[in-house]
Amino acid sequence: MNNKIIKYVITDLLRNRTILVYTLVLLALSLSIFMIEDNTDKGIASLLNIVLFVIPLVSIVFSTIYLYNSSEFIALLVSQPLKRQTIWLSLFIGLATAMSLAFLVGVGIPTLLFAPGISGITLVIDGLLLSLIFVSIAMWTSVRIRDKAKGIGLAIMLWLYFALIFDALLLFALFQFADYPIENLMIAVSMLNPIDISRILILLQIDLSAMMGYTGAIFRNFFGTHSGMIITFIIMLLWAAIPLYFSTRFFKQKDL
Amino acid sequence: MIKIEQLSKSFGKLHVLKNIDLQLEGGECVSLIGPNGSGKTTLIKSILGMVIPSSGRILFEHKNIHGAWQYRQDIGYMPQIGEYPENMTIGQVVDMMKDIRRMPEAEMDMELYDKFELHRMLDKRMRTLSGGTRQKVSACLAFMFNPKTLILDEPTAGLDPLATEILKEKIIKEKHKNKLILITSHVLSDLDDLVTQITYMQDGQLIFHKTIEALKTDTDTDKLSKAIAQVMRTEGGLR
Repeated sequence: MNNKIIKYVITDLLRNRTILVYTLVLLALSLSIFMIEDNTDKGIASLLNIVLFVIPLVSIVFSTIYLYNSSEFIALLVSQPLKRQTIWLSLFIGLATAMSLAFLVGVGIPTLLFAPGISGITLVIDGLLLSLIFVSIAMWTSVRIRDKAKGIGLAIMLWLYFALIFDALLLFALFQFADYPIENLMIAVSMLNPIDISRILILLQIDLSAMMGYTGAIFRNFFGTHSGMIITFIIMLLWAAIPLYFSTRFFKQKDL
Repeated sequence: MIKIEQLSKSFGKLHVLKNIDLQLEGGECVSLIGPNGSGKTTLIKSILGMVIPSSGRILFEHKNIHGAWQYRQDIGYMPQIGEYPENMTIGQVVDMMKDIRRMPEAEMDMELYDKFELHRMLDKRMRTLSGGTRQKVSACLAFMFNPKTLILDEPTAGLDPLATEILKEKIIKEKHKNKLILITSHVLSDLDDLVTQITYMQDGQLIFHKTIEALKTDTDTDKLSKAIAQVMRTEGGLR
């Protein structure tokens, strides 16, 4: 693995104004929430909603645009004595590092300062994983679609799907099958959406699950146990690894 | 040095390269000529491994390049439009290439780097550069690592006359070191005095590959541009 390219990709990204603005906006949001809210659990719940919307959106859209804008540079790297796989993975590591750093500075540090504890740590880990997952999805869409406008469009559609449409469909299904015992099925279905997994994990940590009734108890039974946590963690990692794997496979055969 | 066998490439229904056979040896300066869209750049990109051929194969020093990457150590490539990360400075781009190639400083060829006076603008960011300066950076990088083969895509486009002269002198010098130089260019007069072989492509087919003397005798002209114009006329007339 030639880590030399990673260094240059990260240097380039950290100079990027969008990343800087993103970090500052996150920092302002989390600081103001913690300043206003006395109860840290409530603070985390408010921050959670922002994290679950903003992190996936910025990660997927920014990465997609960056990859399209770098297409000539990627072509130049391919013409150099480098393995294609190395180039692609370096781009992933660069983007993932930049997004994670922005999140850590913007949300991670304030959270750990104002709300140290298991719920704060869960929020930070979830945010980091979500950054990785949506960078990975962006890698896959931008390698498959040549046209920049279509690629960015698809990225936004995917974000809408994961952030809003999936939940709407789930809610619809829930009402339709309200008379049946589908709680265990719900756990399985929620694994199909990394944003949902993150939300459930954090809500369970801040004891709001008591308000979720019987379903909350079922969730607690699964997500609250060690094996449940480990399975969830592995599924989150798979969400990051699978799009990256397919995008790398496609990139090796791509004409530039 | 480079041997191309029955190379074909299609993008969907579009056949960009049709059964190309071509052999190129060191010590030659080969000019790849053809109308727009004739497949020149695709051919170059296939040699560089940027485009994956649909069928056929390319041998670089008797080794199939499919799936290989080490062979590119021996190729210097100057793209038509050099695009680099916008926030990087010239110095960082040069350092990055040095990192990728990992060649000892003593073996590097800094002639163009000195003549184009790149050291005076190492702190300039890539996004602030004019097209000509970008071309200079690309040229320096292509020659810097003393490659056995040089592939130059429209090298003189955007360069001022002084820089063009410097580049031409450098190309001739490298040719005498028994290197293979492959150039595509539309500006024929620029190349008159350095090209030794002409490869003419049209509609994805290789029409001919001749030495310059043979071409001039065949077409009864003494200027390269006239000879090519004559060929284009007759080729056009054939269809």
